[in-house]
Amino acid sequence: MTAISSAERARLEKKFPDVFKRSFFKQYGLPLGIGLTLAYLVFCWFFFNVGPALQNGKWDRASIYVQDWYSWRAQPRLRFGDDGVVTAQWSSRGQYPEGANIPWLTPHDDGSMTAVFDGEANRLDISTTGVDVYIDGVAWPVTITADGAYAPENAPPAIEQDRDKVWVHYGFAGQAEIRDNQVAVQRRFFGWANFLYDPRSVLWGNDLFSSIGLAFSGDQVVEGKPNIQLIWEQWLGNQAWQHADILVKLFQTLVMAFVGTLLATLIAFPLAFFAARNITQNRPTNWLMKRFFDFIRSVDMLIWALFFTRGFGPGPIPGIAAIFLTDTGALGKVYAEALENVDDKQREGMKSVGAHPVSVNRYGVVPQVLPVFVSQSLYFWESNTRSATVIGAVGAGGIGLKLLETMGTNSDWDKVAYMVLLILFVVFLFDNISTAIRQRLIVGPGQAAH
Amino acid sequence: MGPGCRRGDIGFVETTSQMADIAPSTGLAPATETLLKHYRAQVMTRRVYSILVALGVLVALFLAMNYANAANSGKFFDRLPYMFDFVKNFLPRDPLEIFRAMFDLPSPYFDGSAKYDYTSERVYITVNLYIPHLIYQLIITVNIAIVSTIIGGTLAFCLCFFAATNLVGAGAVRWFVRRVMEVLRAFPEIVIAGMLTAILSIGPIAAIVAVSLHTIGALGKLFFEVVENADMKPDEGLKSVGATWLERVRYAIVPQVLPNFVSYGLLRMEINVRASTIIGAVGGGGIGEVFRLSIGRDYAAQTYAIIIMLLVTIIVIDQFSGWLRRRLVGNQGFDIARGSV
Repeated sequence: MTAISSAERARLEKKFPDVFKRSFFKQYGLPLGIGLTLAYLVFCWFFFNVGPALQNGKWDRASIYVQDWYSWRAQPRLRFGDDGVVTAQWSSRGQYPEGANIPWLTPHDDGSMTAVFDGEANRLDISTTGVDVYIDGVAWPVTITADGAYAPENAPPAIEQDRDKVWVHYGFAGQAEIRDNQVAVQRRFFGWANFLYDPRSVLWGNDLFSSIGLAFSGDQVVEGKPNIQLIWEQWLGNQAWQHADILVKLFQTLVMAFVGTLLATLIAFPLAFFAARNITQNRPTNWLMKRFFDFIRSVDMLIWALFFTRGFGPGPIPGIAAIFLTDTGALGKVYAEALENVDDKQREGMKSVGAHPVSVNRYGVVPQVLPVFVSQSLYFWESNTRSATVIGAVGAGGIGLKLLETMGTNSDWDKVAYMVLLILFVVFLFDNISTAIRQRLIVGPGQAAH
Repeated sequence: MGPGCRRGDIGFVETTSQMADIAPSTGLAPATETLLKHYRAQVMTRRVYSILVALGVLVALFLAMNYANAANSGKFFDRLPYMFDFVKNFLPRDPLEIFRAMFDLPSPYFDGSAKYDYTSERVYITVNLYIPHLIYQLIITVNIAIVSTIIGGTLAFCLCFFAATNLVGAGAVRWFVRRVMEVLRAFPEIVIAGMLTAILSIGPIAAIVAVSLHTIGALGKLFFEVVENADMKPDEGLKSVGATWLERVRYAIVPQVLPNFVSYGLLRMEINVRASTIIGAVGGGGIGEVFRLSIGRDYAAQTYAIIIMLLVTIIVIDQFSGWLRRRLVGNQGFDIARGSV
């Protein structure tokens, strides 16, 4: 290994000028491009007001929303009665039926109440005159007077005085707000509350395993009705989770995607023959048909959806119409391109024996393009299952609208999580079905390119 | 290649009948006759199956349409006249109104109502120079699409090498990265947008994050498929001189795949313009929201102005990116990559 001589160096530079003397664009293109992109992003940071928006975000709520996806909150208000009795008051969305025995909330004979948060060491002993807050086994008495609740001196940071009320934080397990007339408890549990049966159901309290046990046991919970039917009805009729409604809406979304794509396929199929230059030898017809495809493809799916929602009212029909129109354009374009790439030999063979033009296409063209067509339609079906959700949200109904409504309440994030899981499951299922069909349809590597 | 080839193989004489391959024929050797008989039996079976599948699909279609009609709030045939009435009545008072709405020029029909008030929402840059409201919203939407494509594309670029079989031996890493991409792709965008809207209030950030996350999943899949199809000879060359994994990716793989990446990225940008319009309508701001409001309030002139603007924008962006893609990678069938939408 020696350094090359200057003559050798000159020779190499002369022989490979495009390596040593690259154009300005090639030399500085990449850093320049990255620099411009970064400058553009900085511009957008200010254009979209990202900084102030992030600052004004309600980040304290964000963590609650995220926790709501996989956990639930029991939120009773423990009211102080004039007779010295503490009673739990639940909102209409309470997760326990009337008079249920709640393991973490025990009333005592003297009117006081114990709320257990994280084991016996972390609990609240609540009476109308004072609350003993236990944190890691140490008791901190909070005194309640007529005009407020007051934490003891040098209380740990988990106990927080906020004007005339006291906050107690137990981390994930929950928190409590102690006031002069009530203690608002928020107790958080992992999982989804009452996913199987709502508190009004006769089956409330059964988990999955005991439900399966019931389904196979002989004793009927309700006389004259098989247990398995009862379980099914009670599950579907769950008021808190609205399983029946959600499943129906999901089905509507799937129907939108299915009907929209299939109708588009059926209409685009014949039209593509008019658009293909080699099949219909009439330039104006080709041109018109292709521009027609371009036009309906370019009008946004949103526009079609809102337009038909105005006309037909909310429901699957606007969704179908929107998917149908956009995809007629898109599929027509793709089909026409596939038709223009067919092998002409088979058509010539058919023509040479004097076949009718319809037969020429039926036997000379269709067998070549059918697998490509079907596989394209399956692709579109797959992607439409996804877009039907969004289209639904702008007014076409289905699971999309249901999602939007549920998110609007800002408190049912567990239900949102449930719907998202359903959607993910359905999308994966359909992806796999359509991939399986496509792989069976397309064998040759030549066609797989499409 | 279907029955077309096989027909030639057995020396079958073509007739002009529609059922050409099962028409009777005479004067063949017994062996050929048997062959023909079997062939016909197979063709018949195939046809019966094809017809059954087609019938099944049609019946499913009919049932599904019936169901959709029953589930809709207005029935199709009952509402059809209303639909035509809506189209007929939903017209601006004169064609020029559309352009007045588009460019925020004062309308002669202005009566104090918001319907004909085009001028009050002008976005002034200097004292006299303004950007029309609708065009400003359109700029926001297009910028959302571009920013999300850049962010999503960059992250997909970083992720895709970990999902490619030819670069990462560890099955667990590949499996994990691919599943992450799949979930990002299938996760409903409106949920991300809705969640962020609840935290950050309505604005373009929700739309950017939602579209970016989806872009990571969609582009990541296309990217790693390109990487897997890359020529591995440069990689072997670098490996033989002891290059690290990062150097091999940088100098052997990236130069090969970059044109395809950029081409897919441009295709994605076309799709993202549409996606950001739709996300805008459900709370992301931009032209989508304005459109939803204007069609809901029967502002015909504004609605048509937006339709025209969106149509022109989408066609211009499609044509431009198509031209750029053809220059980058030649005339490949990239329009078909919609499957990853």
